Order: sequence, then C-alpha cells, then structure tokens
Amino acid sequence: MTVRTFKQTLWLTLIRLAIFISILFLLVFLILIFVRGGKVLSLSFLTEAPRDGMTKGGIFPAIIGTFYLTIGSILFALPLGVLAAIYLSEYAKPSFWVSTIRTAINTLAGVPSIVFGLFGLALFVNIFGFGVSILSGSLTLGILVLPTIINASEEAIKTVPLDFREAAYALGATKRQTIMKVVLPTALPSILTGAIISVGRAAGETAPILFTAATFYTRKLPKSILDEVMALPYHIYALMTEGTAPKYQVPIAYGTAVVLLLLVLSINLVAIIIRYRIRRKKKW
Amino acid sequence: MIKENLFKYLSLFAALCSIIFLFGIIFSIFREGLPIFKTAGLFKFLFGTAWYPTSEPAEFGILPLIVGSIVVTIGALIVSIPLGLGSAIYLSEMAKPGTREILKPFIELLAGIPSVIFGLFGMAFLSPFIMRLFHLNTGLNAFTASIILGLMVVPIISSLSEDAISAVPKSLREAAYALGANKWETIKKVILPAAKSGIIASIILGFGRSIGETMVVLMVAGGSAMIPKSIFQPVRPMTSAIAAEMGETVVGDDHYRALFGIAIVLFIIIFASNLITESVKRKIKR
Repeated sequence: MTVRTFKQTLWLTLIRLAIFISILFLLVFLILIFVRGGKVLSLSFLTEAPRDGMTKGGIFPAIIGTFYLTIGSILFALPLGVLAAIYLSEYAKPSFWVSTIRTAINTLAGVPSIVFGLFGLALFVNIFGFGVSILSGSLTLGILVLPTIINASEEAIKTVPLDFREAAYALGATKRQTIMKVVLPTALPSILTGAIISVGRAAGETAPILFTAATFYTRKLPKSILDEVMALPYHIYALMTEGTAPKYQVPIAYGTAVVLLLLVLSINLVAIIIRYRIRRKKKW
Repeated sequence: MIKENLFKYLSLFAALCSIIFLFGIIFSIFREGLPIFKTAGLFKFLFGTAWYPTSEPAEFGILPLIVGSIVVTIGALIVSIPLGLGSAIYLSEMAKPGTREILKPFIELLAGIPSVIFGLFGMAFLSPFIMRLFHLNTGLNAFTASIILGLMVVPIISSLSEDAISAVPKSLREAAYALGANKWETIKKVILPAAKSGIIASIILGFGRSIGETMVVLMVAGGSAMIPKSIFQPVRPMTSAIAAEMGETVVGDDHYRALFGIAIVLFIIIFASNLITESVKRKIKR
C-alpha cells in the first residue's frame, strides 16, 4: 500500500465514522426516549390532569395548551406570511426597500428564541397588557415562525409557471384575480408544507413561552385566550427543574417527551407526504 | 381598481411587518436594557467578573456569562464541525443513491426534534453517565452541554455543507481524476476548497444557533455564574441566565434591566454573525 492509498483509506474511514456516530447518537437518543417514556404512556396519561403536586396523573392540560398555542400562532402568522410572500414575489421590484425587507426576514430567522420571549414579555405581556396568556404566547410564537412561512410560501409561489399567469391575464383577469384564483391555488400544497413545518416548530419551542404563556400547574383548562396555559415542552422543563419528587417526575417527563416527539415527528411526516404527492402530481 | 390597490398595499404592509417586528424586537430590548449600561457602567457590565444580581449591593458583571456561552459554543462546534462536515462529504461524495435517500432525511430529523427533549436527554441520561465516567461531582457542566449542543447543530452544518459540496461542478471532479488524483485527494484538494464559502457559512450558522440556544444549556450546563477553570465545571451561558432569572425579577428593577442588557449583547453577536453569513452567501452567488 502506498502512502497515498493509506491516507485515502484513513480519511475515508474517518468520514464514514462521522456519519456513523451521528446516526448512532440519533438512534440511541430516540430509543432511550421511547423506551423510558413508553412505560408511562396510557390512555389516562393523555386524558387526565396532573395530580398530587405533579407526581401522578396525566398531561391533558399540557396537550390542550400546546394545541391552542400552535393554532393561535399559525392563525396569526400564516395569512401574514403568505401575503408578505405574495408581495415579494408578485409585486416587488428590486429596490432598497425590498432588500431591507429580505434582510429583516433573514435577521428575524436568526434571532435566538429566548430574545423572542423577552420581546413578547415586554410588548404583549406588559405594554399591551395581555398578561401571561395564550394570546401573548401565540403572537410571540407566530412572529418566531413568520420567516419560515414567508420563505416557504415565496419558494412555492415562484414554482408556479409564468404561463399560468399569462393565460389568466389573456382571459382578462386582473393581477389580484390572477393571484387569488390561479397562483395561490396552484402553490397551495407547497405553502401548506411550509405551514405544517412551522406548526411542528411552534409546538416544540419552550423559550419563547417561558414568560409569555406557560405555567407549571393549573387545574382548570383555559376558558379564554387571556388565560395562561400548560404546554408540553414547558411541562418537560418544569418537571425536570421544579418540584420535590424527581423520582416520580422524571418518568412523567419522559412520557411527555414521547408525546411531544410523536406529535412533532408526525407533523413533519405529514409535510413530507404532502411534498411527495405534489412532486408526483405535478404535470407542468 | 380600488380592490386591486387595496390588495397590493395589504400585501406590502404584510411584507413590511417583518421590518416592524425586527425593529420592535430591537426597540424593546434596548428600551428595557439600555438603562443598566448607565447604572452599572458599560465597561463594568461587560467585563465585570461578579454576577450577583440579587445580593445587596447587587453586582452586574456579565463576563462569566459571556465566557460560559463562548466555552459551550466552542465545545459544540468542536463536536459538530467534524461530524457535520464528515456526514456532508459522505452523503454527497461516497454514499450510494439508495443509502443517501435513507440517511439524509434521518439526519434532517435531528433538526426537527424540540431542544427541550435534548435537554431532558442530557439531564436524565448523559450527565449521570459523564459524571461516573470522569469521576466528577456533577455531570451538569460545560462539557456535557457542549456534546448535546454539538449533536443538535450537526444537521445544520451537514445540510448546508452538503448543498455547497453538491454545487461543485462535476467537471472539476473529473478533471482531478483525469490528473490521477484518488478520491480523497479530489475531496481535499478540489471539492472542499471549491465549497469553502458554503461550508464557512454553515459553520457560522451553527455558531449562531449554539450561542442562541436556551433550553439545552439551561438544563444541562449546570448554572454556575463563575468563570470556569476547566470544561468539566458548571457554567451559566447568557441565554440560560435570562431564562432562569427573569421569573425572579420585578418589571423595571435593575436585575430585569440587566437581563435585557444581556439580550442586547446576545442580539449584537447574532446580528454580526448573520451579516457575515449574508456576505459569504452573496460571494457564493457571484
């Protein structure tokens, strides 16, 4: 073996090792969470409220809380994001303002989630007076996922062929009619994929809701959007860091993690399936 | 016609919202945080080594928190650069198409897992393991946090680097092989240099993600606000100080302002690293 071949064998082995370690870690991680969390999973775990200072019972209020927060954030961010994407891809001409908007979107995408939480605390909780509530949390999460939605929607709108638009114009449609009746319906499945991925992200975020929406323990379910809620990711954190009976709390944390993981993974799976079907159905 | 214009301006407004929100974030953290630079003194705030926000008199020196963030972030990059870059090279240069189709989504899956679950894994599984392995007093330290954070950043570095590597024209590879280079020589001397800017951009993005990540360091890094003497000591990175202490503050007091002050420092670091990534990306486009 020459030095050259030896070097090649050595480095290619190291590269294989790198991907092997990454995959191995992911497997160990998933198996551990599912095995330890699977033990506490049951129907009553999903449908009951916590009891005895978080040491027994289920996580129903946290599931409901996460549901409200994610729906709220998407209701806020999806229309806003799609409209912004329409402006950027259909109306905007290259200018100082457009490049400023793009820089703002990219910067927003990189802002740490805890800073979004501080922003939500300062603006929605304190200045607007929404308090620690579903509303404050949803708005904060909505702004967090907005860049993802804008980027995905813009990509989706860009893939609509120019012919479609020209055909609509030739039939006498105005620009708005073309966008609403031709461009958006064609791009809709891809836009939805982006929206679904954002739902997964919003459901799993903890830091933005720490000070804006989440509470460790509440017996009652939220009655209005101004109530504070329990949430799955925050529940895991709280079980691990608060309370006095880790022996009972850690298994519940694992169980909550399995529920959250299944939720996020199945949301992502739906997105993957939609994307696959679009690719198959596309005829243009 | 009114409808047409209304729709156009409505969409323009939606697009402008991104700028409004960004300025809202900047304005609110500066409004709440700037006063502390005056009260505590900018230099003392940034380079003071004592973080005792609740004692009398309180001391607001965030150097231990900055050092904590930097130690954990560098540690995370030491883990994630070789793993992520190795995975990227494997996926784009060595894997058979079938293998690639399976492994790639699998690694991307790693990016979708909520960070609090990584935190749980680090706290309940990895840290007791590290504690026994190295005979430490606590497994909740900068070392454990770096490992978890590093593994979280692997998919970011891997997917962006892979894009950059895949974008290298096939003709360059063929030219290298024609000159008698073997596979590794082609990767090292031709492909990696050609994909350099994209790889650097992926690393900077990984840096930004690590330094801004909250839940993992909050749960796993140990939380001690002291400048660590070794990587096996607990640290309190900036994000974890904000998350852990905001609940103890009263709106408008010095501690509250100091935590917003930390957010300003964090924001400036992230903003600078974003600007670098943008300029690198622009370079690639050219």
